Amino acid sequence: MTSRALSGGRAASAPLVGHETEPTIFEMSVPGRSAYQLRTTGVPARALDELVPSTHLNADVVNIAEVSERDLVGHFTRLSHRQFSVDLGMYPLGSCTMKYNPKFCDAVAADPGLNSVHPGAPAELTQGWLELLVTLEEKLCAVTGMAAATLQPAAGAAGELTGLLLMRAFHSANGDARKRILIPDSAHGTNPASVTLGGYEVTTIPSNDRGLVDLEKLKASLGPDVAGIMLTNPNTLGLFEEEITEIAAAVHDVGGLLYYDGANLNAILGVVRPGDMGFDIVHMNLHKTFATPHGGGGPGAGPVAVSSRLVDFLPGPKATKRDDGSYAWVKPPKSIGRVHGWHGNAMVLARALAYIDVHGGDGLTRVAKYAVLNANWLRHRLRDTLPAAYDRVCMHECVLTATSLKNKYGVRGLDVAKALLEEGFHSPTVYFPLIVEEALMFEPTETESLQTLEALAEAIERIAQRAIDDPDALHRAPQSTPVSRVDEARAARHLIPTEDAADR
Amino acid sequence: MADYLPHTPEEIDEMLRFLGMDSLEQLFAHIPPAVRLTQDLDLPSGLSEPDVAAVFAQYTSANRAKFSEMTCFAGAGVYDHEVPAVVKMLAGRSEFVTAYTPYQPEVAQGVLQAIFEYQTLISRLSGLPIPNASLYDAATGLVEGLNMAHGATQREKMVISAGVHPHWREVATTFARGTGHEIVVAPLVDGVTDWGSVDASGAAAVVAAYPNYLGVLEDVTAAKQLALANDALFILGADPIAAGVLKTAGQWGADIFVGEGQPFGTPLAFGGPFLGLFACTNEQVRRLPGRIVGETVDSNDRRSFVTTLRAREQDIRREKATSNVCTNQTLMAVTAAIQLGWLGTQGLREVATRCAQGAHFLHDEIVKIDGVERVSTQPFFREFAVRLTSDASSVLLTMANDGVLGGVAAAALTMGEDASIDHGIENVLIVTVTERRTKEEIDRYVEVLRKAVGE
Repeated sequence: MTSRALSGGRAASAPLVGHETEPTIFEMSVPGRSAYQLRTTGVPARALDELVPSTHLNADVVNIAEVSERDLVGHFTRLSHRQFSVDLGMYPLGSCTMKYNPKFCDAVAADPGLNSVHPGAPAELTQGWLELLVTLEEKLCAVTGMAAATLQPAAGAAGELTGLLLMRAFHSANGDARKRILIPDSAHGTNPASVTLGGYEVTTIPSNDRGLVDLEKLKASLGPDVAGIMLTNPNTLGLFEEEITEIAAAVHDVGGLLYYDGANLNAILGVVRPGDMGFDIVHMNLHKTFATPHGGGGPGAGPVAVSSRLVDFLPGPKATKRDDGSYAWVKPPKSIGRVHGWHGNAMVLARALAYIDVHGGDGLTRVAKYAVLNANWLRHRLRDTLPAAYDRVCMHECVLTATSLKNKYGVRGLDVAKALLEEGFHSPTVYFPLIVEEALMFEPTETESLQTLEALAEAIERIAQRAIDDPDALHRAPQSTPVSRVDEARAARHLIPTEDAADR
Repeated sequence: MADYLPHTPEEIDEMLRFLGMDSLEQLFAHIPPAVRLTQDLDLPSGLSEPDVAAVFAQYTSANRAKFSEMTCFAGAGVYDHEVPAVVKMLAGRSEFVTAYTPYQPEVAQGVLQAIFEYQTLISRLSGLPIPNASLYDAATGLVEGLNMAHGATQREKMVISAGVHPHWREVATTFARGTGHEIVVAPLVDGVTDWGSVDASGAAAVVAAYPNYLGVLEDVTAAKQLALANDALFILGADPIAAGVLKTAGQWGADIFVGEGQPFGTPLAFGGPFLGLFACTNEQVRRLPGRIVGETVDSNDRRSFVTTLRAREQDIRREKATSNVCTNQTLMAVTAAIQLGWLGTQGLREVATRCAQGAHFLHDEIVKIDGVERVSTQPFFREFAVRLTSDASSVLLTMANDGVLGGVAAAALTMGEDASIDHGIENVLIVTVTERRTKEEIDRYVEVLRKAVGE
């Protein structure tokens, strides 16, 4: 029996009561039951058809579930017990930076002095918010080495598209119609998608045998029609693009701009700044690097910082400090316009600022260093079980491959990922980046302890042993989770998106 | 030294030894010296949580427009509704808050089922069969609707009513720079869209708002007919609270519904994170933006939920993408499902009705004030626009001194002249009443406004 490392990051002890599925709230509904309570207002209760012409009124009643407060609490509490989360256990999902989300930052954002403020109130009445936004902008610029930033984009992909629109505005202002954006073949799928919606065409740049951008092929693809390049550094293999200075020079030489995909910013905080590497536009995923909770798939926040020559094009209006020390909304002179309905995901922005303030410059630098330490420790610890696709020092994440398990025992990366769920760990990212066969991308993050990393390594070793002993059982994993492998093909073939779907 | 890192100095040494290294610096030795930071980040040192709380107390005290200082009559797409303790506590459960996108359905049934229930509710409120799992907010939701209409028609022209919230229109215009869409705005006359004044031939979409941003309930049949006559899709941006009693987007013949889901349990939050509501007809399902959850079974034949039709999603389609959504607003969608569960069938109708009652009560009182007149003679629902004799933003500041957030200045939304108001937009104020406002508060509003306009 292998030793079992005791750690705070392994969720195998989570109590789940019973094996039945949870009914939907509609199935629990009892007509006439209710939970709501409203304020006593004393406002005259005129009939709706006196206030609104009857042509506008719905003759039918829209059915919402009818439950008691106790029913409601039971239902959503049970649903929460069917959900993995960072608070429950380690979530080594590569590229997603699922670090611990400090509770303090949530508490700060929940303060009514921030969250009861209407976004349409005059700036004179919301000076605290404007100061907070200006402060965050300055600090994000300090971290990235850029001149100014917009805080409006609601997520990473929105930040990418905003960045591409900034590129387009910059080139257009120079009377320069350019067509193409270069993207490495290891890029996040959101990159090419954003390029298309930004009105550009994608040229893919192959990686070399070291997993880095092939500089010669990059140079061969450059020309006066290239608007820019989108790079993630470290890239999605967790490797630092060591020729970044040469890449930047080559792209700048043809008048192109460099876009930094900040998905992996956690690796370089206080170590390297995108601005110093020559990047012109940088988006940050505050829900990754700055620890704001992912909320099961959002909200995020994707601020975009730019170099001085792009400042005038930023979305607006922007919170700005005036000479008299007060704050106002100001639209940059050549602004591309709004990219969000209001001022961005303000509560997420407040959480991120609290996180930055707690850490300070010194703490953020430790974040990057320990994240890189953890990833390298895990890579090296697993070298005989799941070797790295590129076996050398990585940054904050490592891409391992299950090729040998597949070739010898028919156990795929997906099987390993699913079996890990039974071990009390969330799965790594599977089959990404696309250029690595049977890829398993682990990002431990800096907030997991050595004991948790050891527990994860031992769990993977047990799974590798199971691959030898009983590979078929691994194809059926997981079994101890709330549900076992789900029939995804059936879900797609026979779409049931609602309780009311026609042939449910 | 404040942080959340578990490593002891001994453990760091142990880990480095395991790697055959003697310093953390060696981990970064492969980074070219030319780009390495040679000094510390230009940021203050870390502070303890209580110290940071003290810094944030300065921000919160400088925000005068908060509930403890002002009674809120502001709306314009963001509304002060009751959010009970039970909804805050359930939606704040860390299993929902600290989860990632449900990529491993075996351990994500909680979020997946909550989204399924949310989708069911949005489908019912919109009267359309295909909802998605949420978008960033209503403004970006409209952009996705326009992209869908382009995909369906392969046309570029988007005809949008000036009654659509100015911010939504501006966001659509921003993103049109990338997609090449042509935005044509149909002006309002007496608060109602003058569809006849624009050329909708060759349009991909006709977009109306219900009620529009000035609060007016337009008969959007005209918009539907315009769309039909030009083989365009009809997109309706609707208030989801009003949808509890008014005709649904589906009943008005909309192909696409977009809406702002903030009223379902999300605080004012200075504008975000909010919730982009989206639903469409069966015909458009393959062009649906963002994620969608579907019901299926697991290998033991138990009911399960999973994100489905993944092949549509932008990070999978890569350069063939037609949408910009990857991360969405799941936590707000889960919150909306919980809030709607709390309200129930009757509660939602009650909230919608009380909003309309309060708004009409206040309206009838303030139009009696000299120097306050209606912008439109048309029916309205939960908010309305009035024209003052002076700058609305200044009046708001005066009212604020008496503890009343008197509304939203139209010109603050449009940043200048706009096709929604034919003259003098700087004097126009949009006033909103929700179910949380008492008669006493409304009476006080009238008194404070009367004083502010100098009657």
